[in-house]
Amino acid sequence: MSTNLHFNPNPLPLDQVDLLKKFLAEITSQVDWAGIRYVQEITHWRGTRDEKPDINSLSIEKGVCIEVLLGGQFAYGTTSDLSPAGLLRAFQKARDMAVAIGRHGVFSFTKSHRPTVTGRFSSHHNEPLDQTSLAEVTDFLMGANKRLRVSEKIVNSQALAMIVDCEIRLLSTNGTDVEQKFLLMGQHYSATAQDGGEAQTRTLNGSLNRCYQAGPEVFDKDRIFVECERVGREAVELLTAEECPSDIRDLLIDPDQMTLQIHESVGHPLELDRILGDERNYAGWSFVKPGDFGKLQYGSKQMSISFDPTVTGEYASYAFDDSGNQATREYLIKDGLLERGLGGVDSQKRLKLPGVANFRSSSWNRAPIDRMANINLEPGHAPLAEMIANTKKGIYMQSNRSWSIDDYRNKFQFGCEYARLIEDGKLTKIIKNPNYRGATVQFWNSLKALGPASEVQTFGSPNCGKGEPSQVIRVGHSAPPCLFSNVQIFGGGK
Amino acid sequence: MSTPKTNPFCETANGHFSQLCEDFFSLLKEGEDATCNLQSEQQDYLRFNGSKVRQSTFVQQHDLQIQFQSRNRRLDVNAQLSGHRDEDLLLLKQLLARAREEVQVLPEDPYLVPMSNSGESHRDHVGRPPEARELVDYLAECTRDTEFTGLYATGPMVRGNRNSRGQKHWFSSDSFFLDYSLYTLNSERENKAVKACYSSNQWQQSEFLQDLNEAKLQLKMLQKKSKVLAPGIYRAFLTPSALDELVQMLSWGALSLGSYKRGQCALAKLYEGKEQLSSKVHLSENFDLGMGPQFTPLGELTPMQLPLIQGGKLTTLLSNLRSAKEYGTESNGADLGENPRSLELKPGTLTRAETLKKLETGVYLSNLHYANWSDLQNARITGMTRYACFWVDKGEIVAPIKDMRFDESLFRLLGAHLEELTAESRIIPSTGTYQIRQLGGKKLPGLLASEFRFTL
Repeated sequence: MSTNLHFNPNPLPLDQVDLLKKFLAEITSQVDWAGIRYVQEITHWRGTRDEKPDINSLSIEKGVCIEVLLGGQFAYGTTSDLSPAGLLRAFQKARDMAVAIGRHGVFSFTKSHRPTVTGRFSSHHNEPLDQTSLAEVTDFLMGANKRLRVSEKIVNSQALAMIVDCEIRLLSTNGTDVEQKFLLMGQHYSATAQDGGEAQTRTLNGSLNRCYQAGPEVFDKDRIFVECERVGREAVELLTAEECPSDIRDLLIDPDQMTLQIHESVGHPLELDRILGDERNYAGWSFVKPGDFGKLQYGSKQMSISFDPTVTGEYASYAFDDSGNQATREYLIKDGLLERGLGGVDSQKRLKLPGVANFRSSSWNRAPIDRMANINLEPGHAPLAEMIANTKKGIYMQSNRSWSIDDYRNKFQFGCEYARLIEDGKLTKIIKNPNYRGATVQFWNSLKALGPASEVQTFGSPNCGKGEPSQVIRVGHSAPPCLFSNVQIFGGGK
Repeated sequence: MSTPKTNPFCETANGHFSQLCEDFFSLLKEGEDATCNLQSEQQDYLRFNGSKVRQSTFVQQHDLQIQFQSRNRRLDVNAQLSGHRDEDLLLLKQLLARAREEVQVLPEDPYLVPMSNSGESHRDHVGRPPEARELVDYLAECTRDTEFTGLYATGPMVRGNRNSRGQKHWFSSDSFFLDYSLYTLNSERENKAVKACYSSNQWQQSEFLQDLNEAKLQLKMLQKKSKVLAPGIYRAFLTPSALDELVQMLSWGALSLGSYKRGQCALAKLYEGKEQLSSKVHLSENFDLGMGPQFTPLGELTPMQLPLIQGGKLTTLLSNLRSAKEYGTESNGADLGENPRSLELKPGTLTRAETLKKLETGVYLSNLHYANWSDLQNARITGMTRYACFWVDKGEIVAPIKDMRFDESLFRLLGAHLEELTAESRIIPSTGTYQIRQLGGKKLPGLLASEFRFTL
């Protein structure tokens, strides 16, 4: 059989699990509680540029994070050395740090913050990795390059696939045993057109934004190739497009840009560790105060947003977070009113506020922190065509290319790849370099219409960065097209 | 005090890497080549919030990256090593078998750079940084009442490179950084903060306390009522830290030959002579700073000094062997992403004593935050002011400002609106810790600009 995408030379063997359990039994008398999180992640990056191979890589990450609770303090020891001596060294470092932290910890934690749980999770997928050949994937990506290259003006066409096969096992001294297996697919397609001094890039829904829990069925030629041709055409169209005007008008945002809008101006400010100030030296604080929950009208009545790691196929779905907290769907904002923050058990106890199961780490070599998972905006009832028809002076923006927001998550500025003016209820001119800016609460309160369930689209990203030491995490977001009134828009230029 | 010796972790990692490479290269058949790159660290990461410890993480990791070449094809394989020879060699044998399978089905790579022997280099930056547990009590006590928040990262880091043609490079560093901020409330109960970073290879109490006390002084100045600026154009002074946030954007393809050829280079107009910066701008890669390895993952040695912008003209783009082959040019030893690793902006003549006087009336920007291109082709960057930024009137600091969004082109800021660069430069070490603690850094002066554009 030809070389396929399956590669897992050393899956976690049962005897290794037994060794980890034995290790926990040996150290249990030295601590108040301890847990081990084993992570193995096998990642393929397959990329082609202009129908030539560009990236072919295969990586194996494997290691453990030992979490120790002693005298009210958690500390973490991580290592890629899984021998008894390696585990012992990591454990001793964590135990000694827990002692050193002593009275200087931010909170006094107890065993009750790590209850016993058992369970399993596995990503849904239609096709297994061992049924797809590497040659097929390479051919597919080169085929995408070809479709992206619709004109001689395309100076760069890229197609990229990221395939992740991940296994996490969570064990603890009080009997926790959780096994979660993830199969994750990410895709990126882009075309850059250039003519003279003008260069414009168009992607399929933003940079590496097509990320899902799925199998190789996502490499769907019929669908992706057609979309790649559109991306190539639109890159060329942008070369002769008009510059975005600078004024205030209604802004219709495509779902592929709404994911970024939700992520930056709803997801991050609602993270409880940001509200607690843990992040204020790096990613930043939050304008949201603990007293705002249940009181702050975050957006218009039409805005309802949930934390939902239970959605089949969305990129950041799981059954348990890294503290063993069982994942459930929760409203963060309902009818525009702020209800709940994004914080795991540790932050919930520190703030005395409810939260969600989102205490997550990027891998074995980082301690968990409060992260987004799937943060989804609920649909409304106004079809896209109707929103356009009802807009006298507006603009319709698609696909993120630039993002920036302040450290309290208030003043933002986002740029998109492609836009069309809306004039007297009709889509008219193509617009290049479209940007918009605003302030979070004011902006979300200007939300006046949302597309129906049939127009909701879901995307994901592997690259949400945060934390000291820093880590990236996978997130998923879904949204319909959304219409906001009176937004400041502007274009490019020196 | 005795001279520090090489950290035992670095020595063990070097021995293991050498042996493993030797074992691995001996498995290669005729027509096969491989380059191995090692990134290892043994780090204590200690995170504070409000002078209390939020989290501590010990990390020991060895990340091996191998480029395998055969039949004009290549596969890059990465693996995390245990540090045990037999176990790691078994894994490498499995990866080699997989690599041999893959090159049978992968297409030929027209830009493949055949491996060669670029020689040998070895550099150990020894140090004696304190372990995290030694500092918990001290930092908690001496920062009391300042809401001290930040990250202490300490321990050895290594980078190794070997290939099957006999090339051998090694770099190690044993150092720490304490990247922190202090907080206060101003007269209107708004949060105000000041940022500092102390880094070295040996902890000197007096040096740290000097930095801390300077930060505390700034904190007092932040307690005044904030001035609210209207969007518009202002005179501005950017400290080296503020300028760093903008210069960092040059790592997003702005100095890359490949990006230029593919229409994604923010400084394309500068390279083509359609724009020009001030003649005061001289930007180089300078590996004499000693902040990271001079060698690249392909084993090339970048020149110790590589001028990029001279007298305001972008004369050289960073290129690696792969780009050079694709575009028919010469490589100048850039890394795989053709990003700068050790930038230095030549200082000017503005003295610290003259800074506020010359600024006269405008904004003093200590830090900027969350920069991103708002118009790539015009090198326009948007971002926010952050931390200790002040309104200066008639050469005197009058009040802190409320944070503002800026949107400004490098062509303007480093061009017609650049008035002066400071005579004093600062070394700004990388404090990046994604996946593994990063090496490298920059040396930058401060910058006085006649115009800086705020938009929100």
